[in-house]
Amino acid sequence: MKAPRFAYARPATLEGALALLAAHGEEARVLAGGQSLVAMLNLRVAAPRVLVDINRVPGLGEVALGESCVRIGALARHAELERSELVARHLPLLARAVRHIAHPAIRNRGTFGGSCALADPAAELPACALALGAKLVLRGARGERRVAAGEFFRGLYETALEAGELLVAAEFPLPGPASASAFGELARRHGDYALVGLAAYAQRDGPALRDVRLAFFGVADRPVLAARAAAVLEGRRVDEATLARAVAALDLEPRGDLHASAATRRRLAGVLLERVVKELAQ
Amino acid sequence: MSGELDFEGPASYVGRSVSRPNARRLAEGRGQYVDDIVLPRMLHVAFVRSPHAHARILSIDTSRAERMPGVRRVATGADIARICKPYVGVLTHLAGMRSPPQHPLALEVARWQGEPVVAVAAESRAEAEDACEAVEIAWQELPAALDAERALEPGATVIHAEFGDNLCFRRVVDTGGVDEAFAGAAAVVEDTLSFGRHTGVTLEPRSMLADYNAAEESLTAYHSGQSPHMMQAILASRLGLDEHRVRIVCRDVGGSFGIKIHIYGDEMAACALSIMLRRPVKFVADRHESFLSDIHARDHRVRARLAADREGNVLALEIDDLTGVGPYSMYPRSSAVECNQVLGLTGGPYRHKRYRATGTVVFQNKNPMSQYRAVGHPIATAVAEHMIDRAARALALDPADMRRRNLIPDDAYPCQSPSGMRFEQLSHHACLEKLVALMDYPRLRAGQAALRAQGVHRGIGLASFIEVTNPSPMFYGVGGARIAAQDGCTMRLDASGAIIAATGVTEQGQGTETMIAQIAATVLGVQMSCVKVLTGDTDKVPYGGGTWASRAAGIGGEAVLQAGLALKKNILEVGARILKTDAGSLDIADGRVVKRGTSEGLSLTELARIVYYRGNELPADFQPELVVTRHYRVKDYPFVFTNGAQGCLAEIDPETGFVRVLKMWCVDDCGRVINPKLVEEQIRGGIVQGLGGALTEHCRYDERGQLLNCTMADYLVPMAGEMPDIEVAHIQTPTRTSLLGAKGAGEAGTGGAPGALMNAVNDALAAFGARVTSQPITPDVVLAALGKI
Amino acid sequence: MNDAQEALDIELEVNGEHVRRRVEARRSLADFLRQDLGLTGTHLGCEHGACGACTVRVDGAIARSCLMLAVQADGARIETIEGLSDAGAIAELQNAFVLANALQCGYCTPGMLIAAQALLEADPQPSRDRIREFLAGNYCRCTGYQSIVDAVASVAAHRAARGPR
Repeated sequence: MKAPRFAYARPATLEGALALLAAHGEEARVLAGGQSLVAMLNLRVAAPRVLVDINRVPGLGEVALGESCVRIGALARHAELERSELVARHLPLLARAVRHIAHPAIRNRGTFGGSCALADPAAELPACALALGAKLVLRGARGERRVAAGEFFRGLYETALEAGELLVAAEFPLPGPASASAFGELARRHGDYALVGLAAYAQRDGPALRDVRLAFFGVADRPVLAARAAAVLEGRRVDEATLARAVAALDLEPRGDLHASAATRRRLAGVLLERVVKELAQ
Repeated sequence: MSGELDFEGPASYVGRSVSRPNARRLAEGRGQYVDDIVLPRMLHVAFVRSPHAHARILSIDTSRAERMPGVRRVATGADIARICKPYVGVLTHLAGMRSPPQHPLALEVARWQGEPVVAVAAESRAEAEDACEAVEIAWQELPAALDAERALEPGATVIHAEFGDNLCFRRVVDTGGVDEAFAGAAAVVEDTLSFGRHTGVTLEPRSMLADYNAAEESLTAYHSGQSPHMMQAILASRLGLDEHRVRIVCRDVGGSFGIKIHIYGDEMAACALSIMLRRPVKFVADRHESFLSDIHARDHRVRARLAADREGNVLALEIDDLTGVGPYSMYPRSSAVECNQVLGLTGGPYRHKRYRATGTVVFQNKNPMSQYRAVGHPIATAVAEHMIDRAARALALDPADMRRRNLIPDDAYPCQSPSGMRFEQLSHHACLEKLVALMDYPRLRAGQAALRAQGVHRGIGLASFIEVTNPSPMFYGVGGARIAAQDGCTMRLDASGAIIAATGVTEQGQGTETMIAQIAATVLGVQMSCVKVLTGDTDKVPYGGGTWASRAAGIGGEAVLQAGLALKKNILEVGARILKTDAGSLDIADGRVVKRGTSEGLSLTELARIVYYRGNELPADFQPELVVTRHYRVKDYPFVFTNGAQGCLAEIDPETGFVRVLKMWCVDDCGRVINPKLVEEQIRGGIVQGLGGALTEHCRYDERGQLLNCTMADYLVPMAGEMPDIEVAHIQTPTRTSLLGAKGAGEAGTGGAPGALMNAVNDALAAFGARVTSQPITPDVVLAALGKI
Repeated sequence: MNDAQEALDIELEVNGEHVRRRVEARRSLADFLRQDLGLTGTHLGCEHGACGACTVRVDGAIARSCLMLAVQADGARIETIEGLSDAGAIAELQNAFVLANALQCGYCTPGMLIAAQALLEADPQPSRDRIREFLAGNYCRCTGYQSIVDAVASVAAHRAARGPR
């Protein structure tokens, strides 16, 4: 199980990286943390001609507080998010979710940007980006653009990134004082991709919730917002009856796979909704 | 002689939890596994494997692969078949069993996805893999026979046309009187249970480094394995070499569990390539091909019925076991032993007299299946224990009381099970009572009820089990397989005063070498640090079977004990000449030959010095002999059975179907315990292996026979986060078949855990009127049982 | 390294020694350590990051050496089981593992020890659950894990009793 031949480049600047990506187009892949990509290379399910290692591009790993957002650099490692006081204070959802990603040795290398750019539908961070309304910052030869998380994740391992473009950061809007978040996932083993997971966000309005965003993962080809269930919860006090209606309104259509049938996933999504939203309301 | 042996005294290492001397080397990363060995001019081999479950090879074009960088040889099945004779995995004592000749690489038809088809030898493994991608094979896909249930139906795809159908083996056991017993029973329970396919996932993959020396016509094979002499005999006979010119070396082995005890085509092909190329060839399976080619295990569908009277006495048991074993029976141990064991072992702890069992083994287009840790035991135990609990519930009896009523009394031995298994002396009741005390069973039951009121759903499961250990020649030898049941030990006193013990049993981490050193040091009266143990090299150790079926301590250990007694006798003879007394008045204590009850004498170092360098000081008519060899085989019984009982506390989440194992307990009776800690660790590791198969591990095939989970991200082995603490205690009933009295302990954990767990889950589910009958017990299974999906 | 190349020169520190080699771009750090440097204590169990047997330290943090390319380690400081053993850096854990029989076949052990060391650096007094959680990325088929948890817990307890050094 050895990787196929490829060429490797390690640009020292963002411009250098973009130039390489422009030069090699579809034949190039970006190497960030490598915790999925190198495994795919070893398994020969990925066989790019060129790897562009962005690990030494300066400035891509920063986690910074802006006026209206927290900006997380693409190269920020999961372990850094786990330790970051900034993240803990402003994005507690992310702080919580990141602990569910694999294991410490993986979190030391894996990156925020890599997780988003790979767009595994069972991954935690894309769902958090969706729940929190983050914008993904993409840089290409023709400049920078921002894409909302809801637009960025397009399908199974599919994103809005175009050939030659690099994901450089994500901007998370600063949550207000009444905002709340909660997170839950169901995995057979610690650190596994979840059978079903839920990253949830809302504004608390007395005993009621507003602006409810329920980002499920592991139930579709990308993280998805359960809009109908959220609409049931919107503006209401969270009680058993409301929860039951929200669960009934879940319109997810997960597919069955090795680890759980579609029916099990549907059921687990409902259970998670109840448990996570209860926490959200507390 | 046994008067010489004092296992209870302060000088005995037997019975003590001494640390393993070889553990430190491994803890420093200084082990030597096959992939760590590098030989001059060594090549690496990779395989093109069948992408189809069943397909005809129309053509193979290797020309592009041959021109790839670093490639030294591309060999097809036909090329390898010119070097390596085919093999047939049948045992003659399993009447009617059949399997066709198998070649290392598929010749005309590939019969499972993952069967090796073309071998590429190159300067590096990466280059060999590159070239594999350039081999072009034209396939004609054939219909695949996948479902064991339908393998014998008319019209089913027949995998081996010459057999006419897909039957590999069938056996029926019938004591008679079963139907009558069922007809008169107060309670009859029945269920169909299924057990998924899983596999061993040894952390070190299967590995073979073959080094053929053309000038000597000799082959040295560094093998990650557990039965060196078996490999020697097979490699020699299949490759046409003199057996004594084939040397098998098993150094450190990164787990085996039965996976590495079989003959695999890829390993045979690596040896053939070494002969063809006259240079060393290394094969190390990668994880992907391990899933596709390491034997799989279990995969049983068992229909079971149990009859009991009003008081709860079991009157009769009936089972029908069906198992699919892939397209070939594995060589040389066959793929029918597991089913045979299920028939032999099911219900074995209990005293009912009526038993009928049918076993059917069929071929299918999936990876071959064969013996894996605790062969047949988890199935036999889970089936019987499930039925015992079902009957207990039907009769409103406590599961512990149900077992008390039905387990064979501890004073009823020797006796025989309805299936014909002969038991020398077991201790089911002692084990069960110790287990319920260890678990504080009444308190657990009270706690369970209290928690249920709070919405916490816990279940308590019990499982009594028997375990086949110390196999006699009746296991394999009688069936024509060249697998030694006897084992030997050559022991010598070196010139330095050190004791060197060479043994045919092997070390895969269980602590074999430690156990042997403990016995040798105890028998000889020396410090353990003076004993060096040699294993795993056919050039250096006496002919033996290796380590499997929990035979190392019971059989290998007894050979060591006998060699030690013989060497001690010889040493005392020397001592008697030097000390001018008679040998009977001497003993060895703390490394010194002394007059009994005194400290007067001389050290073994001094004695050895005289023997080896100053023989002139000995009487002219006396020739010292400080090297002895002794062998041992089990003679009185086909196997020496052990027994034990396990308990499980599990919690289910009825909303999600998740099961959490909170605690496991095991009381095991493996006869004389040589090293309690090592036995406990065998039990613990075994239990977790059993829990893996019962909870998460499952080789899943799609409808075209494609294995869907070939990575460790998709095949879920148990990890630390989910596994419980496990309390282990011992009952010791030494076997009288040997002086040592030791029986095996390697299968007990794996054999009992799935049954204990399933009973615990069903105990919890009983509150909902539900039960599960299939393993692994996934959320799908639990939620379906609860009617929630 | 602005141009893409199939083989590259790298310089790094491995177990305190300066190393220069030319490596294929596709060579994993694990294969580089094992095959180019003969550091065979780093084991390969899966080559896709799931088993933890190849765990090493990269610039002081644990990482899967099968999921890093050797070229990525250019300029890095790598520590393997051999270096950590020779330096005595994990001697307490090694002793505890031997005493508790927290290893059988030994194949997972180097990775397990290196992960355990990282745990005790991050959390000197972990609970048993925390130990299990932290080591959940390291597969062991032999022990059933309990003795490993015991060994790590015993080192933590011993250090607590001894007090800070």
